[in-house]
Amino acid sequence: MSEEPKATSSTSTSASTPLFVVAASPHVRSQATVNRIMWLVVIALLPALGGSVYFFGLKSLLLVLLCVVSSVLFDALAQKALGRKITPLDGSAVITGMLLAYNLPPGVPLWLPVVGAAFATIVVKQFFGGLGHNFMNPALAARAFLMVSWPTQMTSLWLKPNGGPLSGLDAVTGATPLSLVRRASEVAPAGVDPAELIRQANSLPLLKKLFLGNVGGCLGETSALLLLIGALFLIAIRVVDWRVPAAYLGTVVVLALVLPNSHLTPWFHIFSGGIILGAFFMATDYVTVPVTAKGRIIFGIGCGVITMLIRLYGGYPEGCSYSILLMNVATPLIDRLTKPRLFGALPRAKATS
Amino acid sequence: MGSRYNSRRPMLTFRGGVHPHESKEGTEHKPVEVLPLPARVFIPLSQHTGAPSKAVVQKGSEVKTGTLIGEPAGRISAATHASVSGTVAEITDLPHPLTGRRGPTVVIDSDGTDTPDDAIKERDYSGFANEQIVETLRLSGVVGLGGAAFPTYFKLTPPKEKPIDTLLINGCECEPFLTADHRLMLEHPAEIVEGVAIMSRVLGVKNVLIVIEDNKPDAVKVMADAASSSGFKVKKLKTKYPQGAEKQLIKAVIRREVPSGGLPMDVGCVVQNVGTALAVHDALRYNRPLYERVTTVTGPAISEPKNLRVRVGTPVKNLIDFCGGYSAEVGKLVMGGPMMGIAVSTDEVPVLKGTSGVLVLDRPATVFAEHDCIRCGRCIEACPMGLAPLRLNNLIRRGKLEQAKAEHVKDCIECGCCAFACPAKIRLVHQFKYAKSELAAMERKQ
Repeated sequence: MSEEPKATSSTSTSASTPLFVVAASPHVRSQATVNRIMWLVVIALLPALGGSVYFFGLKSLLLVLLCVVSSVLFDALAQKALGRKITPLDGSAVITGMLLAYNLPPGVPLWLPVVGAAFATIVVKQFFGGLGHNFMNPALAARAFLMVSWPTQMTSLWLKPNGGPLSGLDAVTGATPLSLVRRASEVAPAGVDPAELIRQANSLPLLKKLFLGNVGGCLGETSALLLLIGALFLIAIRVVDWRVPAAYLGTVVVLALVLPNSHLTPWFHIFSGGIILGAFFMATDYVTVPVTAKGRIIFGIGCGVITMLIRLYGGYPEGCSYSILLMNVATPLIDRLTKPRLFGALPRAKATS
Repeated sequence: MGSRYNSRRPMLTFRGGVHPHESKEGTEHKPVEVLPLPARVFIPLSQHTGAPSKAVVQKGSEVKTGTLIGEPAGRISAATHASVSGTVAEITDLPHPLTGRRGPTVVIDSDGTDTPDDAIKERDYSGFANEQIVETLRLSGVVGLGGAAFPTYFKLTPPKEKPIDTLLINGCECEPFLTADHRLMLEHPAEIVEGVAIMSRVLGVKNVLIVIEDNKPDAVKVMADAASSSGFKVKKLKTKYPQGAEKQLIKAVIRREVPSGGLPMDVGCVVQNVGTALAVHDALRYNRPLYERVTTVTGPAISEPKNLRVRVGTPVKNLIDFCGGYSAEVGKLVMGGPMMGIAVSTDEVPVLKGTSGVLVLDRPATVFAEHDCIRCGRCIEACPMGLAPLRLNNLIRRGKLEQAKAEHVKDCIECGCCAFACPAKIRLVHQFKYAKSELAAMERKQ
């Protein structure tokens, strides 16, 4: 925002009378700027950061700082190398760093986020043209890259949340809540009926834990409450379009109710894993999601369907980030199929009715 | 609240649009003041949509205020009149204030007496035939005063195959900063209603609605009182830009959609501005041609914003001086409002018939750094025409004008909502104006 009032030298060339600036209308603009939007998203992500420090200790703060600093640094270096304008303060690399950190298990070694940040900013973002041109969410693409490259580190280094077991259930100590979705019999300790675990997973005490966040999981995804505080703020100031999360969560609820493989309540599905973080902060990333209202609803539904199919039938316990990445790829197609309706569009017969 | 103007239906409006700061508080309560006569006026012969008028005076001709100096030349054209009494100093090619293209301009030195032309006098026009009224308007140079300056007589004579059933009188004044129409409604309601009556009579239309945005409750009340015996309805509309744009206005009020590429008459409708209604009244009752108008001089860089009655052809500098001069370094001088007005490079340009305002912006408010599009979709949400401005911008920048045409760039009304809403401050309207003029040039060649 600070660089806006830049004087153009061509405006005061005439010797006698100074000439005024001539440019096409409109001559007033809204307060919204790219930088302002990005920093508002950063602010909205802060409550969840507080939560992760509380649940997983100061190491999570270190991981977030590491991700943010390396994202900003790599982003700027790539911009310099590619001869672009260097914009370390536009906030977008900060968001990428925060989201990447939020998608990491809190126990990862410190080199992992640095590699992820380099991949997110250099390969996914700047190689495709920089902010506004990347077709995939950089943080999520980096997460997928880390998942396939270092699967052990990415899927086992969970930390016990402050004052509770990893799964949220006392009986299960070695897995996150999502393992209850399809692997209840595997994670059930000897002598515990898996059906009993499912019953407990659907019970109010666990739901409360999932909502507040004192369960195991990725660094920034566990507390639905703290994420929602930021998300509702963004929706209230109209930075985030409510349609995407509404369609996403709505689809998850419906599928949790109707799919035969689903033994857990819709609320368990919504508040476990990364859906809240994904639906409100990553499936709403302007650059990689459709631009029309209709397109955004389709995008949200698609995310919900893919997430649930992966969770209930796929090889991974969580499908949120892959669902968003797959829908990112579908975005150009969705955009093409959901053009806004032209005012006064033919057929003529209707226009005169 | 009287039920006459308080619709029981939900608030009338349209899809899209934006809410810029209204910024009308500087002038909305200030009565219209008369600008002292200028010593010299510069009257372009092209101030309207259509063919320029043809000069009927020469250098040295003596003219009075209201004397015809340019006769309409063509099917769509408008007459031009002297706005002061005095001597024609020269007829010369000067750059047009809005287009920058050189065109004939009549320069008149005022004799300071402001002697009206002999033809101007009050009369009873009730016996006039419709054709006579239309001809009077044509020769009086009455054009739409909302900004586009389309000849009024032409809009009042639609072809037979386009029956008109509704006349909308536009008192929205949806451009921020401008208050000229607002003041006219408060100060001349009876004359406006009489002008409306003349137009409805010519069109043979019973359904006449005077429509005003709800940010002008005093004007709604005054107009409703003035129109109470006429049978015309006064409707209040939600304040949203561009509520005063013809197509959006028709959609909001009578729920009809002017087809793509069409005109209001295609849906049985004619829209005229309140200022035009006043000019129609003056032309018929006093045989006074259109040689002056009310305009709002306003903006953050003017010392004392005012609503002024000014003679057409008065240099803008005279208006600025009368308003105490500039109060800050000028960034832009805009003829019209901030959303659709045209920025000019100097205050030596004259006021035209279509000059609804003179807006002076200071430097910080003027220049915006452009960022790459982040695909936020705000432009799509804002576009009242249902276009995808970000996509059109991409196409035009890559030189794909034919594709931009296929995606309806020609339906753009240049209202500025998209560029206003854009957080990347992309000059969207600039691109669309460029594409439209290029496409028009290509079509002329074929």
